[in-house]
Amino acid sequence: MASRFQGVDFYDMDGLLSEEERAVRDTVRDWVDAELMPVIAEHYLAGKFPKALVPRMAELGFFGANLPEEYGCAGLNNVAYGLIMQELERGDSGVRSFASVQGALVMYPIYAFGSEDQKKSYLPRLASGELIGCFGLTEPDYGSNPGGMITVAKETADGWVLNGAKMWITNGSTAQVAIVWAKTAGLDDIASIRGFIVPTDAKGFTAKDQKGKLSLRASDTSELVLEDVRVPKDALLPRSGGLKSPLMCLTQARYGIAWGAIGAAMACYDEAVSYAKNRVMFGRPIGGFQIQQVRLAEMLTEITKAQLLCLQLGRLKDRGTATPQQVSLAKRNNVDMATECAREARRLLGANGILAEYQSMRHMANLESVYTYEGTHDVHSLILGQEITGISAFS
Amino acid sequence: MKIAVCIKRVPDSETRVKIAADGLSLDEAGVKFILNPYDEFAVEEALRRKEQAGTGEVMVLSLGPAAAQETIRTALAMGADRGVLLQADRVPADGLAVARALAAELKDGGFDLILCGKIAIDDSNHQVGPMVAELLGLPCVTAVSKLEIAGSTATAEREVEGGVEVVEFPLPAVITADKGLNEPRLPALKGIMAAKKKPLDVKPFQGAAAGIDVLKMTLPPERQAGKIVGEGAAAVPELVRLLREEAKVL
Repeated sequence: MASRFQGVDFYDMDGLLSEEERAVRDTVRDWVDAELMPVIAEHYLAGKFPKALVPRMAELGFFGANLPEEYGCAGLNNVAYGLIMQELERGDSGVRSFASVQGALVMYPIYAFGSEDQKKSYLPRLASGELIGCFGLTEPDYGSNPGGMITVAKETADGWVLNGAKMWITNGSTAQVAIVWAKTAGLDDIASIRGFIVPTDAKGFTAKDQKGKLSLRASDTSELVLEDVRVPKDALLPRSGGLKSPLMCLTQARYGIAWGAIGAAMACYDEAVSYAKNRVMFGRPIGGFQIQQVRLAEMLTEITKAQLLCLQLGRLKDRGTATPQQVSLAKRNNVDMATECAREARRLLGANGILAEYQSMRHMANLESVYTYEGTHDVHSLILGQEITGISAFS
Repeated sequence: MKIAVCIKRVPDSETRVKIAADGLSLDEAGVKFILNPYDEFAVEEALRRKEQAGTGEVMVLSLGPAAAQETIRTALAMGADRGVLLQADRVPADGLAVARALAAELKDGGFDLILCGKIAIDDSNHQVGPMVAELLGLPCVTAVSKLEIAGSTATAEREVEGGVEVVEFPLPAVITADKGLNEPRLPALKGIMAAKKKPLDVKPFQGAAAGIDVLKMTLPPERQAGKIVGEGAAAVPELVRLLREEAKVL
């Protein structure tokens, strides 16, 4: 019966959601209020992922929720899945990132490119949180250009040997299983990129936390090193092939990020509105001053636009017609708007805005990572530029 | 163990309510409705009893508009097995009319235990649970904050003024749930999906003539701004005078 986060709903978005979509949203919202909000600030300050929350998140069905029930998942549609991401990121981008990686970057590739045996073996254990996964695509020298990767997998008589290094890997040091992308032929052969399910306790596999982060502090980010890591033949995801496969995973994750950013923006807006109404300066609430009203009006406008954008994208995805470029537009727009909302909310809060007791600066710092990962804002501009003109800026 | 839970769809306690143009009801536009929080304790307790027994059925029953199906599905998503809605355009203001309809539906169900919330947070009547018990000729224990069942006997704790009252009673019985009875679970996402496939019977509410009518609804008056009498010890005499003469609280 504790007070529940009310969200932002200026255009009756609720009226566009089904009963079950609203019910899913409310479960996640209530869970965030009850279990994440009380502990997030201390974890953020300590630079620790709140790992103790994983079993409850799994029990409630937050991981891979849009994958089928036969693999232990909730079998939700993509709008409900997006709402989960929105609500988790209303708590913290790091916790949403955890769920994104587990669902969209580990469970999804196993579901999309794995054998039936792999799906049956891994998906229920990932859904239940028994296994935590990570996704190794980005390398120290290959971020926006993943096709340039130099991690290689050589086929042997009884399996594969992997060599290389991966960087900026969310959940890297926590995971029991890593989806590692490697070239199986020459370094200039992008078509030879395949995915592998690599146990993180394999000999030659090391994961080291990246220290000194000023963003996503409640999330583990690691460097993975693979030195003659031997895996059996059935570690290969048989239906993966070429750079397109990991990019398909990223499209799934970016879709969730577009929704997640709305959650972060909502949290900041909510905090800003409440602060503006209560903080008195020059004898009246600061919400009565035009400059703060403009700030709040901008935030509300951008959040509302982002909500409608994501909802239609989700409906297209459920229809099976959403394109990666449409996902790029949503990720680019929504993360950018959330970054702006967080910054403006932080400013509205004045000096209090720099404290961890309030949320806005934590979201502001988090969103700088979200702005940069899963295709930077600029890269998504170029993806759209190519879509518009037919001319690639990358080659 | 066969358990029935009576639940009600009520406006979210966070909602700012407005009175409709007829002056007799709430304007439902933009209002979020929820499962009455005390009924949530009742649903949770029923689920725990069934889980503890390892067998049985939890049926949820509600009287309300068609939209109350969503409220029933919330209980189904938490884990209840089936639902029944007695559909009425408007819930009667007379608790007895509601209790009669619920009791008629529950009468031949063979329930070992009937649970209700101790109060609905919208009309705050505290009536329906005890009335259902009376109509069914069953023992009734209200505002239960702890329940133990051993065979066909139950023990309940009630928080009364300044202490705790412990009562014993035979089953079947009606109890109304208070805060503290348990911590209701959130509906898991799989539960939400499963709820769509569980049986939910909708029957028309056949109401008897109401004994009570609502004549008027008004919002409480806006609170007046406070008065700052002064600062420091010098202001105390004036404050005492005002508390005595104006506020008349001393």
